[in-house]
Amino acid sequence: MVGYIIRRLLYMIPILLGVALLVFTLFTTVGEDPVRIALGNHASPEAITELRSKWGLNQPLHLQFLDFLKQIITFDYGRSFNTGEKLSALFAQGALVSLSLTLPPFLLAVMLNVSMALVVAYYRGSIFDRFATAFFIMAMSISYLVYIIAFQYILAFQFDLFPINGYEAGFRAIPYLVLPGIIIIFVSMGPDVRMYRTVFLDEIKSDYVRTARSKGAAEPRVLFKHILKNAMIPILTYTVVAIPFLVLGAFLMERFFSIPGIGDLMINAINTGDFPVLKGLTMYIAIGYSIFNLITDILYAYVDPRVKLD
Amino acid sequence: MAQEVLLNVENLVVSFDTDRGKITPVNGVSFQVKRGKTLAIVGESGCGKSVTSLSIMGLIPGANGKIEGGAIEYDGQDLLKFSGTQMRKLRGDKIAMIFQEPMTALNPVYTIGNQIMEVYKLHREMSKKEAFDHALAMLEKVKIPDPKQRMREYPHQLSGGMRQRVMIAMSLACNPDVLIADEPTTALDVTIQAQVLDLMKDLQTDLGTSVIFITHDLGVVAEVADDVVVMYAGDIIERGTVFDIFKDPKHPYTQGLLDSLPKSSDTKNEELQAIKGMVPSLFDLPQGCRFKDRCALAEEACGESSPELEKFSDTHEAACFVTSRNNAA
Ligand SMILES: Nc1ncnc2c1ncn2[C@@H]1O[C@H](COP(=O)(O)OP(=O)(O)OP(=O)(O)O)[C@@H](O)[C@H]1O
Ligand code: SF4
Ligand SMILES: [Mg+2]
Repeated sequence: MVGYIIRRLLYMIPILLGVALLVFTLFTTVGEDPVRIALGNHASPEAITELRSKWGLNQPLHLQFLDFLKQIITFDYGRSFNTGEKLSALFAQGALVSLSLTLPPFLLAVMLNVSMALVVAYYRGSIFDRFATAFFIMAMSISYLVYIIAFQYILAFQFDLFPINGYEAGFRAIPYLVLPGIIIIFVSMGPDVRMYRTVFLDEIKSDYVRTARSKGAAEPRVLFKHILKNAMIPILTYTVVAIPFLVLGAFLMERFFSIPGIGDLMINAINTGDFPVLKGLTMYIAIGYSIFNLITDILYAYVDPRVKLD
Repeated sequence: MAQEVLLNVENLVVSFDTDRGKITPVNGVSFQVKRGKTLAIVGESGCGKSVTSLSIMGLIPGANGKIEGGAIEYDGQDLLKFSGTQMRKLRGDKIAMIFQEPMTALNPVYTIGNQIMEVYKLHREMSKKEAFDHALAMLEKVKIPDPKQRMREYPHQLSGGMRQRVMIAMSLACNPDVLIADEPTTALDVTIQAQVLDLMKDLQTDLGTSVIFITHDLGVVAEVADDVVVMYAGDIIERGTVFDIFKDPKHPYTQGLLDSLPKSSDTKNEELQAIKGMVPSLFDLPQGCRFKDRCALAEEACGESSPELEKFSDTHEAACFVTSRNNAA
């Protein structure tokens, strides 16, 4: 097991190296010149040269790339072009905000949606099931934006239950996070419940389910003992790969509710050509994705005895 | 000596609603299972053997399957009138079943021990420790090597033959009155088949279980059965004791099945005669006798009406116009 994890971590090195190369090439060749963005079109040549050397952009490319690799290894991406703040601090702060926005609704949504899917699967084919299916399809076909605006208008503006938007540090952040959280749960419901329901119904057709019934197991036992653990295998795949994206925060949510998370940071960086921020975040996404893939595989081995990690 | 009838299936009709229309894979089937005896149900693939056995278990899928009529009397009570809860109490305790597919019939994510113990948990009040001991004893009974070790293993760690032994252990855990074995050896190698059959026979003698043994292999029937019913496209076309069927088969279909058996006495491999043609589709059944398109004896009359079962002796019945007429002559 430990050997397996170490080997998997080693495999990540060439992959991340590839990603780094790609990111580096993209930002040095394709994007606009960050110096020009920062100084505007009418800057003096001296000012441009000075900023260029300050940001290390006058060095040969291979040295710049080595520099980038060093940044990746030390988790220190230097300072923001814009504000001059240290990126490590900026990222840590943004990640915390994003996670407190997305993690609680994510966990709640998984539990809620799996339970709802179990109930719907239990009553499969009934009027209730059909009504639920129709409801979820309807809910899915309405855009995210409509929910944001409608919930903001009704719950925050009309009924004054939550602040409309904004953010404060520490525990005072909570009231600001509830409404976007509710929307995240609500929006996940349609696709997730339908996906989990399909997984459960696939399992219900299995031979082992017929065996369980032939032993005299009642339907709830068949669902909760026999099917649920088997269904965890596809559900894990679907769920765990979503985790790295939680750190990115829900871009839309952060915009509409003025929450200063990673998503907000990223959009600002794109607007202002703040390359270090973009490069750093892209690498974090790649690393997060690889690590959560590894975690998924370890969890597989945990729920599925047929999977051997070696 | 009158033999006690334990399970009496009367005129059972089962239908399915499918995308292509309604089919009736079991079309008025009657048979009796005697206490402590083995009844074999024989027939080609798709003739309704599994649907018949699932009906007895009360496991016909409610979504598209329906028991249209008939009765399944067990111990004097009609199981078709039982509530879901009543059936559940019976299943796995009084009536148990072994399935065709040993590779997939066990739950892949629970240990063998856990799955056998579950039967006790469902039907017997006992502690975990007692259930464990009982399950272990069952594994010993079905002659699985290293039973203690096996208790902790998962299905994928066992061979097909071993998994089928586990299924047998599980189905016999509560010492049921009736065991339905739906082609328990079809998916296994020949040598393993023989071992599993021997095991089942021994256990039956030990426990006095009545067995419904489903197969399409008449060779197996000769070894295990006391009574035999032969099914064709949802109908029973012949029934009798194992001697009736093997010594004096009446129906051309049964005769055909027997002709296609390799005869062990022959040293040189004589050409096997499989019945020509295919089982008719349930969506498009022929008029009259359902066997007529494949029958060498078929006459015009065979296409006009369906032959009913007729008695040839106290124990022997067959449904064929020509045989009946020849017999009368
Ligand atoms: N759930 C179902 N829905 C629709 N049709 C079904 C269903 N179950 C069985 N059938 C049909 O009923 C017929 C009889 O099936 P059954 O499984 O009883 O055959 P069988 O005699 O057991 O054959 P085999 O030897 O292949 O196991 C088949 O034509 C099958 O397609
Ligand atoms: S009734 Fe006719 S077709 Fe049917 S089995 Fe007898 S002879 Fe053949
Ligand atoms: Mg079958």
